[in-house]
Amino acid sequence: MSSASSSLDPAATARTAGLRARLMGSMRRFFDARGFLEVSTPVWLPANAPEDNIDAVPAAGGWLRTSPELAMKRLLAAGLPAIYQAGPCFRAGERGRIHRPEFTLLEWYRAPATSADILDDAKALLADLALALRGTLDFEWLGAPATLDPARWERISVSDAFLQHAGWDPALTFDPDHFDLDLVNLVEPALPHDHPVVLHSYPAPLAALARRLPDDPLRADRWELYLGGVELANAYGELTDPAEQRLRFRASNAARAARGAEEYPLDEAFLADVGHIPTAGGIALGLDRLLMILADAPDLDAVLPFPPP
Amino acid sequence: MAYTASDLRKGLKIEIDGIPYEVTEFQFVKPGKGQAMYKCRIKNMLAGNTMEKTFRAVDKIDTPNIESRTLSFSYQEGEKYVFMDNKTYDQVELHENVLGDQKYFLIEDLECEVLFHNGRAVSVTLPAFVVKEITETEPGARGDTATNVLKPAKIDSGYEIGVPIFINQGDWIRIDTRTGKYVERVKQP
Repeated sequence: MSSASSSLDPAATARTAGLRARLMGSMRRFFDARGFLEVSTPVWLPANAPEDNIDAVPAAGGWLRTSPELAMKRLLAAGLPAIYQAGPCFRAGERGRIHRPEFTLLEWYRAPATSADILDDAKALLADLALALRGTLDFEWLGAPATLDPARWERISVSDAFLQHAGWDPALTFDPDHFDLDLVNLVEPALPHDHPVVLHSYPAPLAALARRLPDDPLRADRWELYLGGVELANAYGELTDPAEQRLRFRASNAARAARGAEEYPLDEAFLADVGHIPTAGGIALGLDRLLMILADAPDLDAVLPFPPP
Repeated sequence: MAYTASDLRKGLKIEIDGIPYEVTEFQFVKPGKGQAMYKCRIKNMLAGNTMEKTFRAVDKIDTPNIESRTLSFSYQEGEKYVFMDNKTYDQVELHENVLGDQKYFLIEDLECEVLFHNGRAVSVTLPAFVVKEITETEPGARGDTATNVLKPAKIDSGYEIGVPIFINQGDWIRIDTRTGKYVERVKQP
C-alpha cells in the first residue's frame, strides 16, 4: 500500500486517470450498443439489503448504499428490460490491498435472462475492455500471464472446487466459518490464475439475493468471477419470490445480531416489488479491481490515488 | 487480556496455545459475501519457524506476557551465560540454546536486549555490530586489498568467519551480529 502524501504524482495520475476514462467510455459503448439503458439510483438509502457480513456506512439517518441492487431490481419490476449503472458504493471497515471502504461497482441486469446469459455478457464485455486498455486479450499482470479471451474462461462448481482442494462439499453440510476459512486458505489459492475462473452453484445458504437452481435446491443460481486470484464479480439468477426474500433478509439480520452487528431495517418498497421482477439475471463487478489488473497495478491504491483517512 | 483481529499489524506479539508469536505479514481478506479475515504469517518466538494463520474478524487473540530487559553480559560458565540487569543488579543465567550463534559475539559488559515470556528468556538481541580480535588465520598477503576473496579465520570464541586475504592474526574486525559476517577492519578498541 502506498502511503498518503501531500501531493499526487503527476505522471502516475495522468496515466491511471486516462485508463479509467477509457475503461468507462468503452464500458458505456458496450452496453449502449446492446440496448442497455444507463440508470442512476440513489447513493443515500433509508435501507440496504441486510447481508450477514456487509456493514453499511451510516449517513443522515440512513446509510450510503453498499450496492445499487435493490433499486435496480425495482427498475426491472417497473418494466425496464436491460439496465446498467457504474458508481460509488460504500462498505464500512473494508481496507486492504483489494478493499476500499469506497469503491466503484458496475452492475447490470436484464430480463428475461438467467445467470448464464449474464456470463455471456461478462465474457464479451471483459474482452472489449482488455482490447481497449491493453490492445490484446492476452497480457501480463505484475509479470504473470493473464487473459480475458472468452474462449479461455473456465467454469467450476463450488462443490467440485471444495471437494478437490478442501475435501468436503459445502452444499451438503454447510458451515459458514469452515467455508470462509477453507475458501481463502485452500480453494482461492488453488484456482488457476492465468485465465478467468467462474465458481458457480454456491451452497443455498450463500444464495443471498439469488434464486435456488430450479433443478437443485441445495445450490443457488450464483457465480463469482476470479482472475489472477482476485474476485472480480458476483452474478445471480435473481430471486423473485417475496416470501423467501423476506425470510433471507431476516436470516441475515439474525446472523448480524449473532456476531454483535447492527440489524438493518427491511426495504418494504423493494419487498413489495420482488414479486413483479421478471425472470432476470444480474451482476456486480468491481471496476477498480478490474482497472488495477488492466493498468498492471499492484493494488487499489495505485489506481485510486485518494487514500481514505 | 485479549486482542481482536482488528488489532493485528506487523510486529504485534500474540500468543496461541501458550506459544508466543510475532506477526511478520498480514493481509485483509474478505471473499464474496464472506466474513472479514486476516491472513497472517506469524513467527514462533521460541522455535523461530514461521507459519500461516488466518484470523476471523470476530476472533479473540491472546496477548503474551512478554517483557524486554536490557542485560549486560558478565561471564560464561559451561553452557550457562551469566548476565546482569543494570537497573536491579540481578544476575540472570541464560542457557546457550537461547543465544544460538549470538553466543559467539558476546563481549564482557555488552548490552543486550533480552525478551522474556512468562519470566523465561526466549531471545537475545545483540547490538548490530561488535568488534572482535582475530585469533587464528593464515598470514595475509601484504598489499592484497581485495575484499571479495575470503579466507577462513577464527575469533576468540572459536567462531569461524570469512575474512579478506589482507587480515592477519591479531587484527580487530567489525562483525554484523545479524548475519555473522565480516564488515571491516578496525583499530584495536
